[in-house]
Amino acid sequence: MYVAVKGGERAIDNAHAWLAEERRGDTSVAELSLVQIREQLALAVNRVMAEGSLFDPDLAALAIKQSRGDLIEAIFLIRAYRTTLPRFGYTLPVDTGAMACDRRISATFKDAPGGQVLGPTFDYTHRLLDFKLAAEGEAAEAPTSAPRTEPTPHITEFLQGEDIIEREPMSEAQPGDLTREPMAFPADRSVRLQSLTRGDEGFILGMAYSTQRGYARNHAFVGELRIGTVAVEMEIPELGFAIKIGEVELTECETVNQFKGSKTVPPQFTRGYGLVFGQSERKSIAMALVDRALRWKELGEDNLGAAAQDEEFVLSHSDNIQATGFLEHIKLPHYVDFQSELELVRKLRREAAEAVEQMAAKEAAE
Amino acid sequence: MSDYNFAYLDEQTKRMIRRAILKGLAVPGYQVPFASREMPMPYGWGTGGVQVSAATLTPEDTFKVIDQGADDTTNAVSIRKFFERTAGVATTEETEKASVIQTRHRIPEAELTEDQILVYQVPIPEPLRFLEPRETETRKMHALQEYGLMHVKLYEDISQHGAIATSYAYPVKVSDRYVMDPSPIPKFDNPKMEMAAIQLFGAGREQRIYAVPPYTSVVSLDFEDYPFEASKADHPCDLCAAEDSYLDEVILDDAGNRMFVCSDTDYCRSRREAGHVGRLGEEAAA
Amino acid sequence: MNQMTDNAVYAGGFSNPPVASAHAFRAAMNAMARPGMVQEITGATPPEGISLAAGSLLLTLCDPETGVFLAPDVDSDALRGWLTFHTGAPIVAAEEADFALGGWDALMPLDRFPIGTAEYPDRSTTLIVEVAGFDAPNATLSGPGIKDTAQIALPDPAACAGNAMLYPLGVDFFFTSGTQVAALPRSTQIRAEA
Ligand SMILES: [Zn+2]
Repeated sequence: MYVAVKGGERAIDNAHAWLAEERRGDTSVAELSLVQIREQLALAVNRVMAEGSLFDPDLAALAIKQSRGDLIEAIFLIRAYRTTLPRFGYTLPVDTGAMACDRRISATFKDAPGGQVLGPTFDYTHRLLDFKLAAEGEAAEAPTSAPRTEPTPHITEFLQGEDIIEREPMSEAQPGDLTREPMAFPADRSVRLQSLTRGDEGFILGMAYSTQRGYARNHAFVGELRIGTVAVEMEIPELGFAIKIGEVELTECETVNQFKGSKTVPPQFTRGYGLVFGQSERKSIAMALVDRALRWKELGEDNLGAAAQDEEFVLSHSDNIQATGFLEHIKLPHYVDFQSELELVRKLRREAAEAVEQMAAKEAAE
Repeated sequence: MSDYNFAYLDEQTKRMIRRAILKGLAVPGYQVPFASREMPMPYGWGTGGVQVSAATLTPEDTFKVIDQGADDTTNAVSIRKFFERTAGVATTEETEKASVIQTRHRIPEAELTEDQILVYQVPIPEPLRFLEPRETETRKMHALQEYGLMHVKLYEDISQHGAIATSYAYPVKVSDRYVMDPSPIPKFDNPKMEMAAIQLFGAGREQRIYAVPPYTSVVSLDFEDYPFEASKADHPCDLCAAEDSYLDEVILDDAGNRMFVCSDTDYCRSRREAGHVGRLGEEAAA
Repeated sequence: MNQMTDNAVYAGGFSNPPVASAHAFRAAMNAMARPGMVQEITGATPPEGISLAAGSLLLTLCDPETGVFLAPDVDSDALRGWLTFHTGAPIVAAEEADFALGGWDALMPLDRFPIGTAEYPDRSTTLIVEVAGFDAPNATLSGPGIKDTAQIALPDPAACAGNAMLYPLGVDFFFTSGTQVAALPRSTQIRAEA
């Protein structure tokens, strides 16, 4: 006897209940608090804020807890929440030149005003599992010194003096916003940068890596990488001046890239740019490399046919929420479509068999 | 009802979607770009349809959701619950009682009326996408009405298989101008698209909305010597004996016995209630 | 701004915006989907001289992302203030308008409004034309949204037919009077009646 697949509603409710139980895990183990996640899994929190396009460490921590540590799922939760927030206004552009830096390094100059500050980096750690952490040992206190009070100038400013690097002309143009206007190609640089900073870290990393391996190689040096907090300011019309409404942590990477020059421009260095919420170093370097690769047209370079040069390819596939949704939707029922394919293939096979039979009959008759 | 705005979306988002719907109706079959929002369900799971429904629903509407023709498939249940919670609208499984119907992959069997709106969930709105992956190129092709490539593809099928090997998402030409993807409905449903109801199509991830006003010509692409054929499994429904409905094939046992049943569960139910009995109908009723 | 105009500016919005705009949009959509068929649309009370229908369309469709052109016959401080307060829509020139409001003659010439581009025909103006009424049809319509034919009163059938010739480019029209709205998208074929 045939019983139609009913009870979708109960199945969903049960699945949700089971999920909640699994999320909590063994109840004899203490539950994670949001502050623990925020403070001790800060880089995961940063990634969720960066790709979720919302600077709120507490919400990001909640999303990570709710998603059982699946960061793409957490990013999805943040994006869906972000959509519902009304937009009160726009802040002024942040001034990364005034950043209070925790880390600031340059690969192009041994030293420069502001110095090389390693900051809290994994870079020179030996990747050996630290079993002391398993024993829940207290962390050693790090030595401190007086913070630098004057602003830390950008390394590229020193190159600009010689005109040996391309200038970034000031612009009053409104940057695009792909969360408000649908993406259209060609996309201007502001939209490309927005897309890259929201893009999946793994995807951007892979794209950047491909340029280093020769798919539109652009000879990048990390001119500067800085991590720290900047003030966020907003113009209040009633007051007639800007006030500081908060601070965000950012990672900024400026690459210095080779450029052969063109008929009209003498050889000079060019730039790639990465700016990401939180301490997101890998992402910001990768972003700068991909940004630079996508600039081939405006710099008069050749299209080498590399994936990282292909704006439509990169921007259409960098968003992990779009990608994961579409990828996973193929597990939804498709039996109507499959049925129509089934009938078509049966029909084509029937016709092919008949054709073979006819051919055989004809040959036998001859 | 919940703390969210009526039908979940904020008013500004709804206005943006509504403007796109109006332009879509003004240029039937043309894909209007819209700034699709992140919804609380994944892209590819009906976010486009959900946004179009959210911008279209009024509190007085009666809402029906189907997936694969059925009201009780899990994703249909999930979307229906979403609107029950966020819009507080009445819902129904009966096609005739619905004023707004959101669908994935089917058009109901019952003829829709002037008082109804059919909202399609669309995964890939661009009918030329599998011939040309670049949006910049396909947009030009639509602008120039350069649809030769599509005909070449269909004709290649004929030379290779002796028939057009597209069985769902079968391309149509709307109002003699735009080639349009009807969403992945089986081609059996294509002829129904010339209907009295308003048809709205939402593709969330691809950020496109398009529309077909009532009584608009919708022609499935074909050739004079290979005319379009709206085919289905050559069986009656095993539950309600319908000969005119699209059928799902169900494997019954290890021996590979099968039955064919209406994919439109409401249509099948209403026929059985009216006394129609198929080959296995008695048994199922027992 | 004095107290009286202040009140006029703040009054006349949708009383329950999510529901009122859903109702108004349904009317607008039915109008656009069924060219020539008159629909009831209400909800807004715009400043004097503007129909409830036109006011309701503006509140339903306009916001800071849409430029609105006000033809000289309707342009006033009161309307500007009302529109800005309730929608935040910037007032723009005809050449940049997403929406345009006015009487037919004041809106003309038609060819100054954006008609979209070959690749983006949607980037065109929607005109909200205030008319006296719908009682004296002078044109027969056919095309998408129309079962056989429909009748409508048009301010200038020839100009509208000229717009339809541009298809798929062109502007789209809402005609408003009192609490009534009818639409004429560019896809509609127009035959003037003798
Ligand atoms: Zn049946």
